[in-house]
Amino acid sequence: MENLKRTALFDKHVELGAKNIGFCGWDMPVQYEGILKEHDACRNKAALFDTSHMGEFFFEGNLLFSGINDATTVDVLTLPIGKCKYGFLLNKDGGVIDDLIIYKAGEERLMFVVNASRINIDFKTINDQLHNGVFTDASDQTSKIDIQGPKAKEILQELVSFDLNELGFFSFAETDIMDSFAIVSRTGYTGELGYELYIDNKVAPLVWDKLVNRGAVPAGLGARDVLRLEMGYSLYGQELDENTTPIEAGVGFFVKYDKHFTGKEALLKQKEEGAPRKSIPFTTNSKRAPRHGMDIFQNDQKIGVVTSGTFSPCVSSGIGIGSVDAKLFDKEVPFELRTGRGSIPIFMAKLPFYNKN
Amino acid sequence: MSKRYSNEHEWAILDGGIASIGLSAYAVEQLGDITFVELPEIGAEANKDDSIAFIESVKAASDIYTPVGGEVVESNEKLEDTPELLNEAAETTWIFKLKVSDSSEFETLMDEAAYKAYLDTL
Repeated sequence: MENLKRTALFDKHVELGAKNIGFCGWDMPVQYEGILKEHDACRNKAALFDTSHMGEFFFEGNLLFSGINDATTVDVLTLPIGKCKYGFLLNKDGGVIDDLIIYKAGEERLMFVVNASRINIDFKTINDQLHNGVFTDASDQTSKIDIQGPKAKEILQELVSFDLNELGFFSFAETDIMDSFAIVSRTGYTGELGYELYIDNKVAPLVWDKLVNRGAVPAGLGARDVLRLEMGYSLYGQELDENTTPIEAGVGFFVKYDKHFTGKEALLKQKEEGAPRKSIPFTTNSKRAPRHGMDIFQNDQKIGVVTSGTFSPCVSSGIGIGSVDAKLFDKEVPFELRTGRGSIPIFMAKLPFYNKN
Repeated sequence: MSKRYSNEHEWAILDGGIASIGLSAYAVEQLGDITFVELPEIGAEANKDDSIAFIESVKAASDIYTPVGGEVVESNEKLEDTPELLNEAAETTWIFKLKVSDSSEFETLMDEAAYKAYLDTL
């Protein structure tokens, strides 16, 4: 794994005995003590994730005349300052180049948070649509730590100088953590109460240690993937890619059509004519786990593939998301996964798979 | 009774013509939290290195290859409801037992020292 990039927290992961994997060009912890334990920590206490591989861009300039508001599905003009919003960077066919969150820090200041594997293409795609303004990629200097779980607030509170109760869902604050500039947002990828911290690489190990000492449990990408799938959240490269529109991926409801954005015409056409593929959540109602890439069959005919699958500790069953041919799929007819080792019956489910209450 | 290991990280203990087969602690550690074990059918015949069982963890799935050939005489049904037994005690939790057809196959497997040396090469 010599050519893999390391986050500022790499030494911490080694100290903690993490099992690492190559992920999007990064050497990242997949688990520390075990996925189930880390998953449980997030659902019942607080888990800590190093997500520094993700990308951060900053934009400064006029939001109306620069072209920045046309680049993604997010309407940054109507977005209030201090709020952030989830949306998509699309190609002209409506395919998803990336899913991202845009933070509005001021009348002329934005932050974009993007997927690690898409940093270069995202930056170029957005930059090519700008007429003016200053657009910078701060990914290499920025560490990102997510603290998620019912105890996240009380653990994090001591490190910040404002009252975390003031931070609503998808709100953020610019603040200081350990005498260094930081952005703290009330966001996450787990379905739990939680925060994402954007901090300078230099202080990241100190912040990490402080949060661990206060009781946050280090958790790897393995647990993160189970947690996000229990909520039905999409993962780029699995549910989303350049040949799939948000409508086909089942996340069309995040797109508002009140303003222009690249790919809008293609999405409107698909809305009118119907999308060729649709996303379906399902369970196995057994301990068998669906896996990415398994074939979905109905009436002895292949109708689609599994985009994500795992065993869910909260549901005590295998859970998955499939992408199926919208015309062939009939929700009244039994369907199944076919693997090299026989078939696994599956059943339609509703998202989220896991309900807190 | 000696314990032998295969390249695929199964272990075997041979006792009076019956081999108990399990997975090494190393293999289970690599798989992580085990969630499902598909056991072989009693009476099934298998050749050495045939895939006759299957195991899943939260994140991964793997075939289990029998390190010796023979007829399946017992499957550890406790693993159906409590697959985590393998995480707790991989080296002492057998998965299935075989009536061995050719005990010389057992002799070709690695002993504990050789297996340990093999792990160091991985």
